[in-house]
Amino acid sequence: MRILEGRDVTKYFGGLAAVSHVDFHVDQGEIVGLIGPNGAGKTTLFNLISAAFPLKSGEIRFKGEKLNGLKPHQICRMGISRTFQQVKIFADMPVFQNVLVGAFFGTPARMSGSDAAREATQALEFVGLSAMSAVPAKDLTLVNQKRVEVARALATKPELLLLDELMAGLNSTEISEAMELVKKIRDTKITIFMVEHVMKAIMGICERIMVLHHGEKIAEGTPQEIAANKKVIEIYLGEETHAGS
Amino acid sequence: MDITKLTSRRFLLVAGLILLLLIFLATFPLHGSRSDVFVVTIILMYVILTVSWAMFSGSTGYLSLAPAAFLGVGIYTSALLYSEKWALLPLPAVIIIAGVVSFVLALLVGLVTLRLKGTYFAFFTFGLVLLISQLFVFWELHIVGRRGQHVIPVSGDTVYYVMLGITVATLLTVYFIRRSRLGLAMQSIGGNEEAAAHMGVNTTRVKILSFAISSVFMGAAGAIMATKWIYVDPVVAFNVFYSFMPVLMAVFGGMGQFYGPIIGAVIFAYTERALRLEFPYYYMLSFGIILILVILYLPGGLAGLIPRLWNRLRGPISKLWKGGEAEQHANT
Repeated sequence: MRILEGRDVTKYFGGLAAVSHVDFHVDQGEIVGLIGPNGAGKTTLFNLISAAFPLKSGEIRFKGEKLNGLKPHQICRMGISRTFQQVKIFADMPVFQNVLVGAFFGTPARMSGSDAAREATQALEFVGLSAMSAVPAKDLTLVNQKRVEVARALATKPELLLLDELMAGLNSTEISEAMELVKKIRDTKITIFMVEHVMKAIMGICERIMVLHHGEKIAEGTPQEIAANKKVIEIYLGEETHAGS
Repeated sequence: MDITKLTSRRFLLVAGLILLLLIFLATFPLHGSRSDVFVVTIILMYVILTVSWAMFSGSTGYLSLAPAAFLGVGIYTSALLYSEKWALLPLPAVIIIAGVVSFVLALLVGLVTLRLKGTYFAFFTFGLVLLISQLFVFWELHIVGRRGQHVIPVSGDTVYYVMLGITVATLLTVYFIRRSRLGLAMQSIGGNEEAAAHMGVNTTRVKILSFAISSVFMGAAGAIMATKWIYVDPVVAFNVFYSFMPVLMAVFGGMGQFYGPIIGAVIFAYTERALRLEFPYYYMLSFGIILILVILYLPGGLAGLIPRLWNRLRGPISKLWKGGEAEQHANT
């Protein structure tokens, strides 16, 4: 079943098409990866799904319902939650309160105070941050701040989770841990759509990958297909080897 | 076990202090002189303005320079409904209406402006003070044909008790909002508005609602102050000074704690008065210096100083305490 479906999604910044006539879908229970060079429009597409930018051209449906014209908080309450490329935590608030915001306001049904607190506690336990619940979020390391974002997103009880470069800036041990976390989230029946630059992660956990380039979708398929795709190698993967060597 | 004991002991201490303070304030007109009562009335007015201001601006991070507008609207509500010429309504009703009028005005202003970010919001709220003031100037010049309004005078003690009542109402409201869902939503907006919206917070509604709630008490305070000033005109009623003072007082006291803006307002208002009497020409200068020092060296304001002092004192105090006990044991 298609949980998320976009048709002819287009977004211009001035004269530049950041996302251009993109059709995409995410099936329930999948982990779908979204890759592409810098400026390919990956984050813009996430911003259109989560309504950070209004969607004026094309349409996006979540479980059959049109998302056009909705506000970010409504999208979240429908069951789509997200994290951010640049962490956007509530820096001065303790970790627990950060997550509590998600449980209080982002869930589809209004929760009582004690239910929300329980939800937040569980989400923190899930990402392994229980010990730090009283620490102000700004005092955490980057990897833990990213965990706070994941816990906060999980506390909204999403059906679809958008992860925007969860692994960026992490070391290899942390990346392995983050990959485990993503699989663990999938095992709880949450569908995952993730933007990622770390190839090891994307090839290791995604069932299907979409490639954007200059706002257009240039390829789609299983990790093996994408790794063998000539166009993708030319534009993206090839460039990566040069940069990495 | 130990912790619950400690917190309950601290709770009792705080509750006891508050009770003593309330008794002192409630009986103040019985032992204080008339001018003292007036001074405390003014201090309470500043507490209302500062605490209400900090509730909205301190938590959401939207700098409002509108306190003077709401105070002024309250003053003019009194001037129009409790005028020397026509006392339309009893005083309590006038004060409640002033609060309601401020609330409605803040809702309307909020609907228009809370989509503005950062400095633009601050500019707009500042402009609002001037705009409303000029509207009343126009109305008085061209429609009424007479500058200023006379309000029915009320005894100093009545003004004092009404102001005390509004202060208590303000503090209770703000205390409970800080601990409510609305308070958490406001804090999340101050932390990161975009993230708050994506986590399900209806940011526009939260901002407008909290802005409106914070304006209620400012309007009510204005309504009762008018009965003390007796004669008001738009320049007196919409003095931008009352927009800046709450900001300074809140920064001075520190906004991280509930009590920060309160002590900021009390100490600031009291010293302002004392300095103005002692050094009428230099008091603003010394004020400026104090403020700069606080901003430079006490980023958390006075309230930020208290936990630091407490931490430093706790060691010696507990040592003294234990030392005393040991001595007792030795004596027996």
